[in-house]
Amino acid sequence: MKQVNEKKKWTPRRARRLASSILGHGFLTVLSIVWLFPIAWLIMQSFRGEPGAFTKYFIPKTWTLDNYIRLFTETHLFNFPRWFMNTLIVAIFSCLITTILTLLTSYAFSRLRFKARKPMMNVILILGLFPGFMSMIAIYHILKSVGLDQSLVALVLVYSSGAMMGYYIAKGFFDTIPKSIDEAALIDGATKNQVFWHIIMPMSKPIVVYTILTSFIAPWVDFIFVSVIMKDNYNMYTVALGLYQMLTRENIQQYFTEFCAGAVLIAIPITLLFIKMQKYYVGGVTAGGAKG
Amino acid sequence: MNKIKEVCAVIIETIGSIIGKMGRAFVNFFKHFAQGDKITKLSYVVMGAGCFLRGQKAKGFIYLGIQVCYILFMILSGGYYLSMLPTLGTNQQGEVWNEELQIYQVIKGDNSMLLLLFGVSVVLVTFGIFILYLMSVNTAYKNEVAVKNGEKLLSFKEEWNMLFNEKYHITVLALPVVLTFLFNVLPLIFTICIAFTNYDKMHQPPGNLFTWVGFENFTQVLYQNPLWATTFMRLLTWTLIWAFFATFLNYIFGMLLAMLINKKGIYLKKMWRTIFVITIAVPQFVSLLLMSKLLNDQGSLNNLLISLGWIEDYIPFLTKGNIAKITVIVINCWVGIPYSMLITSGILMNIPQDLYEASKIDGAGPIRQFFSITLPYMLHVTTPYLITQFMGNINNFNVIYLLTAGDPKSLNLYQAGETDLLVTWLYKLTVNEQNYALAATIGIIIFLLLSFISLVTYNNSNAVKGESDFQ
Repeated sequence: MKQVNEKKKWTPRRARRLASSILGHGFLTVLSIVWLFPIAWLIMQSFRGEPGAFTKYFIPKTWTLDNYIRLFTETHLFNFPRWFMNTLIVAIFSCLITTILTLLTSYAFSRLRFKARKPMMNVILILGLFPGFMSMIAIYHILKSVGLDQSLVALVLVYSSGAMMGYYIAKGFFDTIPKSIDEAALIDGATKNQVFWHIIMPMSKPIVVYTILTSFIAPWVDFIFVSVIMKDNYNMYTVALGLYQMLTRENIQQYFTEFCAGAVLIAIPITLLFIKMQKYYVGGVTAGGAKG
Repeated sequence: MNKIKEVCAVIIETIGSIIGKMGRAFVNFFKHFAQGDKITKLSYVVMGAGCFLRGQKAKGFIYLGIQVCYILFMILSGGYYLSMLPTLGTNQQGEVWNEELQIYQVIKGDNSMLLLLFGVSVVLVTFGIFILYLMSVNTAYKNEVAVKNGEKLLSFKEEWNMLFNEKYHITVLALPVVLTFLFNVLPLIFTICIAFTNYDKMHQPPGNLFTWVGFENFTQVLYQNPLWATTFMRLLTWTLIWAFFATFLNYIFGMLLAMLINKKGIYLKKMWRTIFVITIAVPQFVSLLLMSKLLNDQGSLNNLLISLGWIEDYIPFLTKGNIAKITVIVINCWVGIPYSMLITSGILMNIPQDLYEASKIDGAGPIRQFFSITLPYMLHVTTPYLITQFMGNINNFNVIYLLTAGDPKSLNLYQAGETDLLVTWLYKLTVNEQNYALAATIGIIIFLLLSFISLVTYNNSNAVKGESDFQ
């Protein structure tokens, strides 16, 4: 009876709940505005008709698609379509190699028991403690000594070479699959190779998807290794470094709005992919991510 | 003190077990030689003899082939690079008067960098061959014992099949190990070596030579060179301050945001979450570069505030030392809060609700509940995550480099700005200043710092103990 009364009557408790709900929603709205403000600005700038890097006003006075069109037609200095193709090629190949190698490594560390297992995991842990690009100059010289510098193959190699180091998340996932399943298969005469491809893989769809997506995204957002490997060969750049190049002091006045257009084009698919895979991401970081 | 003792115990234990294993292998190596028959003894000189003389033809010839290749390699080039390793080259590039042609001729000198790179590679290859050699010797002895006991040796086909079953780990890990060696281990060892040379702007191959200088770079950066030492100390302090704030502010506020969205009576939970996730989903080089332009002295935010009449003159968000430091921490909240919101939101829902109900009956308010229930529970579960976050922030290159590039510059610092972290300093030293030796030294120091933190914290957190327990 009391509850029914509460719903109908305007009690102080109900008023307080309503107030806190309004306050909560209001606060979230303000935060959302703060968080989306720069992104809204990016999208508006990409449609801005007036030239120059900075304007004295926030909302563009003329709206145009020119920035997007110029991005694909004016290719003499900054060849965006070429960069896009470069990145796509690198992303596809490094994604293929990385996914297979990461999953195999994780499977080995999770399921197989061999003498070198613990030492190898320790070595990977130690390697991970060095700053990532500390050895970038050495990598460049190694690639150069075999004649691979300034080539897309070099990028594919560099991005896939980290495959083994990123085994943590997939291993965390494999660890949760009961061992009795593969033991049953082994007793039935399956080899470990068959167990991996026919039993573990079909059960690990989420982690396969996650590994594919993360390794596919990596080349789109890295600009450090590209700049070291490609030097000033603009035609071999990937989109991240190319767009970065548009904002240097010499170029920013002319290319700022084009940068925004390019950034929007790259950010949309990556954002969609990320939103799609966020649950795997969380699972990975909290479950297997931190364990050795 | 206890922690340090524990860490020491772990280190001593590890080293002890390694020495123990090596000692046993060493003893076995000679014991097997003494006990073995002629074929086994022969295989100490000719790799694989213990295999092909006992019928394992293919395996034996693979071992023999490896040995022949290695010897040829050492004679043709490997030996030369190995011999140049102690000096890193002695002939400097220069011009020599040619009497016959009556001109100065440029003669090619030694290239210290390539000598070091190939020298290190030869050492690593030799090490790998040595392990293969030990394996072949071991196999030879095992084969002898097996033959004596009347067992049949495995045929090549059987061993091949084992690669997909009992020895599947070799098949699986071969390619990743090779890639990791070529692009992670080898470059890293090379770079570590560089920290002990004088490879800087004045000693650039091929024009000039560089050579070993021992620990000089370390003593220079720690105290001998006043400019380097002040720069290092100030950047180290700022790096730690930054890592602390970047980790804990994001964590606390992210958790509060997650609690707000999780709260009863908030509608459209999924939409709110997605809004915040969008900001981490946008690639950092886009969102942070944009932020840096937005916060520029002439940028849109300043213009907007001026036109609204809230401020009279622009705010130097990124161009005054201390303001810039605060700005990067705040902007990092913008990047990091949604991230920790995403991570903590699921864990928050796992906290047993009866804890809250019980405390409510005892008269605890929301603030008391947060500090007595939520925070302790969360800290307990997410300690490993916090450690990795803290270490990640020490190396947080993207946020600093894309936002300020380490600026504003300072004359009191060597090739660094006010907001530079150690890791962005390392980058600048490599790319702008080409002081590879100092950069490598900084890299090693960062490594030592991180390993210290991880040793102390990981060995004390429960999550690491008993890794296979939950399988």
